[in-house]
Amino acid sequence: MKPLRNFLDSIEHHFEKGGKLEKLYPLYEAGDTFLYTPKSVTTGNTHVRDGIDLKRTMITVAMALFPVIIMALYNTGYQANLAIANGAAVEGWRASVMTALGLGFDPQNIASNLFYGLLWFLPIFIVTQIAGGTWEMLFASVRGHEVNEGFLVTGLLFPLIVPPTIPLWQVAVGISFGVVFGKEIFGGTGRNVFNPALTARAFLFFAYPAQISGDAVWTAVDGFTGATALAQAAVGGADAIGWSWNDAFLGFIPGSMGETSTLACLVGAVWLISQGIGSWRIMLSMTFGMVVTAMLFNAIGSDSNPLFALSAKWHFVLGGYAFAMVFMATDPVSAAMTDTGRWIYGFLIGVLGTLVRVVNPAYPEGWMLAILFMNACAPLIDYFVIDANIKRREAKNG
Amino acid sequence: MKIKELLLAPVLSNNPIALGVLGVCSALAVTVQLKNVFVMCAAVTLVVAFANMGVSIIRNHVPNSVRIIVQMVIIATLVIIAEQFLKAFVYDQWKTMAVYVGLIITNCIVMGRTEAFGMKNGPVESFFDGIGNGLGYSFILIIVGFFRELFGSGAIMGFQVFELTKNGGWYQPNGMMLLPPSAFFIIGLIIWAIRQRDPSQVEEQ
Repeated sequence: MKPLRNFLDSIEHHFEKGGKLEKLYPLYEAGDTFLYTPKSVTTGNTHVRDGIDLKRTMITVAMALFPVIIMALYNTGYQANLAIANGAAVEGWRASVMTALGLGFDPQNIASNLFYGLLWFLPIFIVTQIAGGTWEMLFASVRGHEVNEGFLVTGLLFPLIVPPTIPLWQVAVGISFGVVFGKEIFGGTGRNVFNPALTARAFLFFAYPAQISGDAVWTAVDGFTGATALAQAAVGGADAIGWSWNDAFLGFIPGSMGETSTLACLVGAVWLISQGIGSWRIMLSMTFGMVVTAMLFNAIGSDSNPLFALSAKWHFVLGGYAFAMVFMATDPVSAAMTDTGRWIYGFLIGVLGTLVRVVNPAYPEGWMLAILFMNACAPLIDYFVIDANIKRREAKNG
Repeated sequence: MKIKELLLAPVLSNNPIALGVLGVCSALAVTVQLKNVFVMCAAVTLVVAFANMGVSIIRNHVPNSVRIIVQMVIIATLVIIAEQFLKAFVYDQWKTMAVYVGLIITNCIVMGRTEAFGMKNGPVESFFDGIGNGLGYSFILIIVGFFRELFGSGAIMGFQVFELTKNGGWYQPNGMMLLPPSAFFIIGLIIWAIRQRDPSQVEEQ
C-alpha cells in the first residue's frame, strides 16, 4: 500500500491552496480519506477520545445493509425468473448477457437469480451514485466543504427503495431532488431536516405515480402485470394475498428491491443496535405504534375496507415496514435526538404509517409519508421533551 | 426618478413575495397554467394600484380606529369589479380560477400596501407603488407558472412544447408540478437566486 500513499502525497500539492487543481480539493480529499485515515488530528486540551466518527457510522450502516442488498439481488432475479418461467417474454440487453453467460432463467438456480437481479440493481445503483455524487461534489466545491460519507448511505438506501423497473432517468431526477432539496439546501450532511433518500422517493412518488405508486406489480419483466401483496390485501384482506406469511417474512414477494425481506432487515437491525448506531427505542416504539393501531382497526372493523381486518402480524411483513423501521426511521440526523423524544417519534410513525396504509385509498403504502412527516415534527418533539425536563428539574430543585 | 424607483424596486430588491413572503397563497393556487397567471397578475396589479390610490386620496379624512374597515371596503369593491370584468371578457379563465379571483381581497399584498404606503403617501405615488408591487408579484408568478406548465404538462401558454408520452412523444409529465406545493420549491429557488445576488436581503441569524 506504500506506493499508493506515496502517489497521493505526491499529487497533493496540486490540490492545495494555490495549486492548479485547487477547485478539485474536495475530490482529492474524499478519495484520500476514503482510502486512509485522515492524518490531521485534533489539537488542544480536553476532548472525548472515541473511535466513532461520521465515516465509521456510515460504514456500519452500509454493513447492516449488506444482507438486504443480497436479498434484493436474489429476489429481483427470482421474481423475474419466476415470471419468465410462467411464460413472460424475455427481452433487452440483460437477456443477451444472461444467455451469453449461459445462466438461463431458472428460478431454482441461485446464481441465475442473483446475477439477473444484479443486472437490474447495478444500473440503478450506478446512476444514483453518479447523479447524487455530482451534486454532492458541486456543493462541496462551491462551499469549500469536504465531501463526506453521508452520501454513501443515501446512495445505497435509495436504489433499495425503488422498484427494479423504474426508468433510469427517473432515478437520476429523483436522487438529484433528494440530495439538493432534502439535504444540501439545509447545509449538507448532519443538518438535513428530512431523510434525503425518502425525499427523493417522495418526489418520484408524486411526480411519476404511474411507475412507483405500488399497486401494480414491480417484477423486472416487460409486460408482466399483477398486484403487489399489499394491493391484494387492500382488495380482499389477508386471505387474498397470494403468498404465505413465511414468503413475505423471508422476502420472496414482489416489491421495491430492498424492502421485501423482513428477515434481512432484522439481521441489519441486530447489527445496527449492537453497534449502537441505530436506535432500538425508535424501532420498538414504531412497532408498538403499528401493532396498537392495527389492533384498533381490527376491533373497529369495516364492511367495505378489508385492510381494517389485516392483522399486525401481516402489517409487519408486507410492503416496506421492516426497511422503513430499521433504516429510515432511525436515521440519526432527521430523527428525534432525546431518548423520550425517540419513543414518541417512533410511536407516532407507527400510528401514522398504519393509518395511511389502511384508511387512505390513494396511497397503498404509508411509511415513507409517515416518516417524512415525523421528520418535520422531530425538532418540535425534542423541544417539548427538553422543556419538560427543565420544568421538572426546576420544580424539584427550586 | 421617484416614480421609476417606485415601479422597479419591488421587482427585485423589495419583492412582495420573495422578501415579504406575502401573497403566497395565490402564487400556489393559480400557477398551473401560464394563461391564468397573466389574468391573475393583471387583476392583482390593477386592484393594488387603484386600492392604494383610493386609500391615499381619503387618508386624511379617515379616523384611525376604522381605517382597516375603510380599506377593506375599497379593496372589496375593486375586487368585485375585477371579477365581473373577468367574467364578462375571459369567462373560460375565470371559470378555472374560480374562487381565487374573489380571494384577491385576502391577498396580503393589497392590504399590506394600502396600510404601509397608501396611508402615508400621496395618490400618484401610491398608484405607482401599487403598479410596482403588482409587477413584483407578476414577476414571481410568471416564472413559477412558466416552469409549472412546462414541466407539468409540457406546454407554454397552451402550446405543446414537449410532446407527451401519452400522445406518442418523449416527455413524461411531472405530476408533482400540477400540485400546488411544487410552487413552494420554485419560489424557494427564486428566493435563493435573488438573495445570492443581493445578500443584504438575507435575515440576520
